[in-house]
Amino acid sequence: MNGPFRLDGGLIDRARALAFRFDGRPLTGHPGDTLASALLANGVRLVGRSFKYHRPRGIFTAGSEEPNALVELRSGALREPNTRATVAELFDGLEASSQNHRGSLRRDLLAVNDLIAPFLSAGFYYKTFMWPKSFWERVYEPAIRASAGLGRLSGEADPDCYDKGFLHCDLLVIGAGPAGLAAALAAGRSGARVILADEDFVMGGRLNAETHEVNGRSGADWCAEAVGELASMDRVRLLLRTTVTGAWDHGIYGALERRTDHLAGSGGKPRQILWRIYSKRAVLAAGATERPIAFGGNDRPGIMLAGAVRAYANRFAVGAGRHVGLFTNNDDGWRTAADLARKGVPVAAVIDARDQEPVAEVPGARIVMGGRVTATRGRHGLRGVTLATGERLALDCLAVSGGWSPNVHLTCHHGGRPVWRDGIAAFVPGDGLPGGMSVAGAAGGSFTTAAALAEGHGAAVEALDGLGLSAAAGEPPGASDESVEVSPFWHVAESRGRAWLDLQNDVTVKDVVQAHSEGFRSVEHLKRYTTLGMATDQGKTANVAALAIMAGQTGNSIAETGTTMFRPPYTPVPVAAFAGRSRGREFRPTRLTPSHDWAEARGAVFVEAGLWLRAQWFPRPGETRWRQSVDREVQQTRGSVGICDVTTLGKIDIQGRDAGEFLNRIYANGFATLAVGKVRYGLMLREDGIAYDDGTTARLGENHFVMTTTTVNAVLVFRNMEFARQCLWPGLDVHLISVTEQWAQFAVAGPNSRALLRKVVDPEHDISNEAFPFMACGEVGVCGGTPARLFRISFSGELAYEIAVPARYGEALMEALMAAGGEFGAVAYGTEALGVMRIEKGHAAANELNGQTTARMLGMQRMVSKKKDCIGNILSERPEMNREGGLEMMGFRPVDRSEPLAAGAHFLAPGREAVTENDEGWMTSVAWSPELGHSIGLGFIRNGHARIGETVRAWDGVRGRDVAVEIVSAHFLDPDGERLRG
Amino acid sequence: MLIDHPLLGPRDAQEFVVLGDAGLIDRPDRQAGDAARRFHEYLHLRNNPAGEHRELWFHEQGDRSWLVVTRDTLTHEILRVELARDVAVARGRDR
Repeated sequence: MNGPFRLDGGLIDRARALAFRFDGRPLTGHPGDTLASALLANGVRLVGRSFKYHRPRGIFTAGSEEPNALVELRSGALREPNTRATVAELFDGLEASSQNHRGSLRRDLLAVNDLIAPFLSAGFYYKTFMWPKSFWERVYEPAIRASAGLGRLSGEADPDCYDKGFLHCDLLVIGAGPAGLAAALAAGRSGARVILADEDFVMGGRLNAETHEVNGRSGADWCAEAVGELASMDRVRLLLRTTVTGAWDHGIYGALERRTDHLAGSGGKPRQILWRIYSKRAVLAAGATERPIAFGGNDRPGIMLAGAVRAYANRFAVGAGRHVGLFTNNDDGWRTAADLARKGVPVAAVIDARDQEPVAEVPGARIVMGGRVTATRGRHGLRGVTLATGERLALDCLAVSGGWSPNVHLTCHHGGRPVWRDGIAAFVPGDGLPGGMSVAGAAGGSFTTAAALAEGHGAAVEALDGLGLSAAAGEPPGASDESVEVSPFWHVAESRGRAWLDLQNDVTVKDVVQAHSEGFRSVEHLKRYTTLGMATDQGKTANVAALAIMAGQTGNSIAETGTTMFRPPYTPVPVAAFAGRSRGREFRPTRLTPSHDWAEARGAVFVEAGLWLRAQWFPRPGETRWRQSVDREVQQTRGSVGICDVTTLGKIDIQGRDAGEFLNRIYANGFATLAVGKVRYGLMLREDGIAYDDGTTARLGENHFVMTTTTVNAVLVFRNMEFARQCLWPGLDVHLISVTEQWAQFAVAGPNSRALLRKVVDPEHDISNEAFPFMACGEVGVCGGTPARLFRISFSGELAYEIAVPARYGEALMEALMAAGGEFGAVAYGTEALGVMRIEKGHAAANELNGQTTARMLGMQRMVSKKKDCIGNILSERPEMNREGGLEMMGFRPVDRSEPLAAGAHFLAPGREAVTENDEGWMTSVAWSPELGHSIGLGFIRNGHARIGETVRAWDGVRGRDVAVEIVSAHFLDPDGERLRG
Repeated sequence: MLIDHPLLGPRDAQEFVVLGDAGLIDRPDRQAGDAARRFHEYLHLRNNPAGEHRELWFHEQGDRSWLVVTRDTLTHEILRVELARDVAVARGRDR
């Protein structure tokens, strides 16, 4: 079934009908239609309401520059607001609805805004919603938010998937109109790697919308043949439905390819792909955008751009009206009259603002030279216009052309400013183009088909030349030079009613004049004050006329007034496309420990530590609160033996003749003297003297060390060590490699740890206290010859070891350790128990090493060697960092042992007010100690060691608590370290 | 942005981590009489030129080379890329 406005010809497939709905009404169209062309074919002219005044609006353009016809597509979670109907390709079953109205589209209740429009002019909200202040958040903002915005978000997660990709080419051609096709043909025939991208779903650009001929054939036919030839070339990639949205440094372009937007569903495939295109050269052949003329009531449905009316007739076989008028200031606009006449659409009138001879004869049309349209009528669609002479014409469509503006946007993405060219009354690309870019055809201001073909061809040949590729290109295709004479004419001064400039943001000529009178004279200020040129269309059809009006106010020329800055993206890019697959859990990688599956099978609760997931505790049946599990794990470890996966600690393998000397400079304390087979605790400083990271480093051989870092700093420490190795001491013979992923490592802690390990470590290795004392290390075999490294180190304060095996044996070792520990009642413990035990033992961790603490604060000032060169030791000697009576790390226990403590509490002397001047320090870590039976804490307090036994307040304003605490040693248990040496 | 790695050829800037002014190679001598002042200046005082700038970049997602990239901060043009190790040696750094 054909719509009532359907014409003959065009690039649509009449053999197939596509059923779709608009606001619930069933309609049909054909493959090759956009939603806009199908609506017009069905006689639907009212498609939406404007942003501010809720004016009835229709389809204004036939491309991505559309300011008006924004609709919601699909439903449920797939609903997509603010989609331009002019680029939405029709498919069978498409559901579209109009947006921005309360009640029906025809009877929008918010159209009341239009009646109070005099109070809503430019900047009204800066002036209106000032008083009283108490209304800002409670009244004004909710009211404005409720009425602002256009389409509605679904409010649900986007069910489609999006992808990112990388492409490389010698020549990127942006736009597949005559210039782009000629460029791609020339480069492709020369064997260059070419990418040709076009935002449309058919290549050819205006060739499909016009009746121009190329090489003596219809533009559309020539174009189809050219595309066929390009498609047959191996080294040419055609990207349909792909908008090049931004130019980045060094020939990199961003492009959005819409893969399944034109289908009923994505079928699980990526809906859109955000390409990053690496090009050696680029030809911008982005064409031009037609702009309107401002006159009274120029926003009614049925008033359209002349080139769009032509595109609907020629390409989509749709008559935009039955009594069409034309209002133009240029020769190109007259083509609309000629093309419509050829299609059998009656042209009722041609009104040319220029006072000159008619450009052509238009049979049956009233021709008015030097004419002006001053007013229009028709509430939901145009019914007629009034001329300056008072003459009234009955029209249902008025095609308007104010000339064309080159699509210079991408030429400005590196700061280039367009320059005004009087001959075409338009901005053309200026200096400062992105490197490697050249411009061809209408995008550069050359508006004829012949010029576009020649320039596209020439730009490609020149680009190949620059790349040292020989062009086997031949001659450019031939076409005639159409007349594109234009006389600047922006605004009908005699207009009655509002003359609209920016249809999307409801900005009128009067708003621009008002902005000027209030002092907003820079174009950038004009934009922000009036909202001209904002939102989805970025004023593609509106900006130049508004600049002209502003120039008229200031008395400057348009060239002097200049234009606002164009920034990426050229057209809207969904946030989902930027996210690609990096959403939800895939936002960043998740690192799993070797015993992860083992722990998961035993119901472990996990916690994120950087990218890692670590077991936090292992609940047992009957344990309902986390503390029950953690207390049990601590007690069983201290009472017998516990096992913890500590693989996440950073591990760096250090080898070379100067490895010891290198470590001497990386760590604040000395390492060159560390004996082979021994481990030492090391403290790293930043160059500014602040404590940075700590860990243990084992000397496995004369020239071989293995360092551990904290989990979170693993990457940064390695980066800094590479910096020191390559940039500071390139003469040292030392090499580094991160082996965090390569070794699984487990802490085996508790009085029975040696007995347990005796069952796992192969018998030829003596691990008795005499042969393998505290801080010993060595390479051993486990479970019958599996290579392993054994370290006798203790974070818990118990007799303890860490044992490492190649990561692939990690899970098996965990199982072997637990099996061997059966007779001892061995437990697996998580990061909470680990934390409790280190607080009981008074070991600093990330809460204490927070980037603000010094070695002195940690009680480690004696470790900082003054004899050797090491990172940070010079600036660690600054007086302010070594003042007597400064903050010192201490332990704290509640005076009333039943009181819990909270990290983050600040220390105050008894009776002192909780103000900054009285602040004496703060609590960093707290835990409930199963060993002691009460809460304990670590923290920094002024002059702490001299104040042991003193009572202070741990004041926690956030939680509203104030607890009396006693200052004690940070080493709550076994201060002499007898357990770990046993 | 593309960085022409001296060993690996052009690589996307996303593979790198930038540190800043290549002056960080010139770590002062701790034995100098005014070492504290020199370290303070080394660590805290930076030029921020509009134009040619020598910067340290680390190829963290690649071969872990530290590079000295000479870049025009106005145009983002990259004028020269060197291995930082070579630069350090040429500036007299050794052991």
